[in-house]
Amino acid sequence: MFDISKLLDAIKASPYREIVIAAPHTGRITFADIKQGDVVLGRQGQWKEKPGVLLATLEREHNPKPVRAPEKGEISLVHKNLEGQYVEAGTPLVVLRHMLTRDEVQRIILQKALYLFRAPERAKYYLTPEADKKIRAADTHSVTVRDGMELFIMSRMKREAPLNYAGPDGVIYEVYFKYNENMDVGSPLIGVCPKDHLQLVQEMIMRVQTEWTEPS
Amino acid sequence: MDNNIEKRLQSLRDRLTYLGDIFAGRHRNNTAMLEEKLAAFDANAHAGSCEDPYAELATIEDMFAYVERRLESAITPMDRVRIVRHPQRVCLRDILENVYDNFTEVGGQDEHSLDPSMLIARAVITRRRGKKIYMQSVMVIGQEKGHGAEFRNGGSVKPWGNAKALQFMKVAETEGIPVHTYIFTPGSYPVEDYPGAAQQIARNLYQMAGLRVPVVAVISEGGSGGAEAIGLADRRLMLSHGYYSVISPEGAAAIEGRLKNGERATPELIEHCAANLKIMARDNLKFGYIDRIVQEPPLGARPWHFNFFRSLRQEIIRATDEVIISTRKTPVLRGLALARHRKPEADLDDLHIRWGLTKAAKARMLHHRQEKFLRLSRQAARDRRPFVKKSAVAFLDWISTPWLSFKYDFYHKHQRQISTLMEEINNEFEMFKKRLLAPLRKLTSNLPGRMDNKAKELTALSLWQGDSRGRQWNYISPRYKIDRTLTCPNSESYGCLDLWGPDLFAEFAGVCTHCGYHFPMEPEWYVKNVFDPRSVFEFNSEIEAGNPLDFPGFSERIAQAKAKTGTKSGCVTFEARIDNIKMVVAMLMGTFRGGSVGAAEGYKFVEAATRAAKKRYPFLAYVHGTAGIRIQEGTHGVIQMPRCTVAVRRYIETGGLYMVLYDTNSFAGPVASFLGCSPYQFAVRSSNIGFAGPGVIKETTGMDIPPKYHRSYRALSRGHIQAIWDRRQIKANLKQALLTIGGRNLYYR
Repeated sequence: MFDISKLLDAIKASPYREIVIAAPHTGRITFADIKQGDVVLGRQGQWKEKPGVLLATLEREHNPKPVRAPEKGEISLVHKNLEGQYVEAGTPLVVLRHMLTRDEVQRIILQKALYLFRAPERAKYYLTPEADKKIRAADTHSVTVRDGMELFIMSRMKREAPLNYAGPDGVIYEVYFKYNENMDVGSPLIGVCPKDHLQLVQEMIMRVQTEWTEPS
Repeated sequence: MDNNIEKRLQSLRDRLTYLGDIFAGRHRNNTAMLEEKLAAFDANAHAGSCEDPYAELATIEDMFAYVERRLESAITPMDRVRIVRHPQRVCLRDILENVYDNFTEVGGQDEHSLDPSMLIARAVITRRRGKKIYMQSVMVIGQEKGHGAEFRNGGSVKPWGNAKALQFMKVAETEGIPVHTYIFTPGSYPVEDYPGAAQQIARNLYQMAGLRVPVVAVISEGGSGGAEAIGLADRRLMLSHGYYSVISPEGAAAIEGRLKNGERATPELIEHCAANLKIMARDNLKFGYIDRIVQEPPLGARPWHFNFFRSLRQEIIRATDEVIISTRKTPVLRGLALARHRKPEADLDDLHIRWGLTKAAKARMLHHRQEKFLRLSRQAARDRRPFVKKSAVAFLDWISTPWLSFKYDFYHKHQRQISTLMEEINNEFEMFKKRLLAPLRKLTSNLPGRMDNKAKELTALSLWQGDSRGRQWNYISPRYKIDRTLTCPNSESYGCLDLWGPDLFAEFAGVCTHCGYHFPMEPEWYVKNVFDPRSVFEFNSEIEAGNPLDFPGFSERIAQAKAKTGTKSGCVTFEARIDNIKMVVAMLMGTFRGGSVGAAEGYKFVEAATRAAKKRYPFLAYVHGTAGIRIQEGTHGVIQMPRCTVAVRRYIETGGLYMVLYDTNSFAGPVASFLGCSPYQFAVRSSNIGFAGPGVIKETTGMDIPPKYHRSYRALSRGHIQAIWDRRQIKANLKQALLTIGGRNLYYR
């Protein structure tokens, strides 16, 4: 098991993700009116329907194509020397420094710390009555799982089948499915954490929630 | 101070706020003077220092009436818009309570209704003849804005509200009672959820075009589509301070000023649009789109104007009676009764006329209604056909009509019987032959050397017919000459590769080879590639779109559109063939001012439907694109909605097959009337179909709408259209549809 506190320290040391925006294909590059230090926005809107800020235009065969910011971030580098030049596919154009949000940090930590058991097919899922009872009485952490344990009931249009848990032993950290709701293939059902790590993970998440300052 | 004075004071205060509101800050010296007098009286009355408060109050009331009368002459069109939208304006419940003698709401109660903005009631009018008293029932349908404004949605009716209205129109038809509709709507609520704003209005129009009971409509606020949903009537009255328009002045200003992303138009621009759209009652009376004006008291009717309700009652009874009387067959009796009813001093409460109609009278009434709408707005289109041509067309029409009716109604009927008989005899003979030859066939099939066709097909080498690449189309878009690549709009989600223009616009017919996205093509592409070569014969091409309202600066824009497209209007009508199946086609071109429909386009559409009916051809409306009704033509444009729907209804009722094919973007008025009422509607891939665009939906409802909200696939899922076709398959699909829907005889069922 890796050291979670070290991970958090590492994230804190560099609380951003560098996104290198490269030319998707060959073409002549014209940069938009951007400079180092500008903050640009990615896709926005309820359905992400509003496109991100224009960074450059890549033209090939008289077909100008916009290159847009994929996420919110600060421009840390613009390869202005390429302005007006013909570039190859994959040539870095702009480097964005995307400051991590609280949720993203939490996701990174949980991704490392938890084992996610995923839905094998699209269906509705229920916990077995014993597990369900335990969770209702106390909380999710009260259920200990081990490899091969019968934990779920998978229901496809009323045809029900038992489903066994497969993965490392531990306690359920979080349940990701809801009663009477269909889950797609591959979406996580539960997150499992080794019992001795439980407290540490909880503390860490608490720390992230309280200490992490959101980038403005 | 007694209660009576307090009440009258309150009413005067209301009148004062009303004055301030409708003039939006103008004539402030008048209102200030009234305010001063009122405040002085209020202070005196409260202090008890008035000698005769009633007399003083009466003086102030007279002063109010005087100022109102004086300001009446200074009302601008935009003031009228503010008048009809004012919360103090009369609304439908006031009319139900004061114009009718009794009523029962049947379309739901207050907020507990499918759509509270659509109010439906069975109402009763009592009339006398001599000593006898008669009760006459009517179905009252209309939008309600007040009496619970918080749930009435400003009279903006949702699609299901219009469906409810239609349901009760049918009830009235079953019961044989007249329908009175009251239009108090700024426009329809533009959501696409089933039954769909556009499609439901189209259904309403289609049904009203053939509703077999008298319909009288009263317009107070007639906002385009929402108004038309209950507005196709035998008699259309309009309140003198109302407006009837193709679009709200704000909407027109947003279009005229080319505003985007919820920018607000300046008040001057809105005022300019209101003045130029000719939305007032007297304008519409002049154009003939309404039959009579109901005079309101100065500055508009409010619920305490009881005399207004009385005159409205008289007018609505008069209009209903006139519809009934004009169905009478004997001219003398009809003339006498009409003259009696039209006298202004006639008390219609004492003149009883039965409101029931015989079957034949209903047919006559329908005929009158349809003819009335078909006649409207012809003067607004410029018919540039020379006199000789017009007379020749009329003469040909005169001689061909009896010939065609002989050919189809008499000869074809009997010919069909003969051919059925022949077919049956032939079938029997074939069966007989088969049995007779069966032993012989058994012998020969076993002989060697007879290779099965199936086996040959499977074993032989296939032929590469690559030489016909790009030559499979009779017409290719001129854009194929441009040496450039294009990016498919779906490339981000589907990873489509860039397409080379000369390939895309020639061989690929504008279709992305990866995801099947259809790039828009020119109207000519369809004309030349869908129909048989050299089979297209255009007619009425001389009918020109003009600028009937003299909208400032619009004549130049129309001239530009004509020069750009080389056609005289946005609707091209022609006869054509698909594999020798003849048909009449009306094409709305998205390239001519966005394919908007005005008087000329409507005229040509109606003529095309009439021609199809006369010649017994199927009728196809190919919508290359339409942005809606041409707003710069005002009510000349919006009247095309009921007009063309009437033409379509007539065509379908005589047995015609009417199909609609949508391409690129089809929105608003035309979809909400003569296109949406078709029983068979198809779309070309990647087209958008809807009532209002995303910007308008956001502005009117405040809702953000998801991307691809209007895509044809969504329209298909919502049940608005029947199928989606690939552009390259249109010809085959059309033929298939014609043969299967139209049957062997194609036209007459």
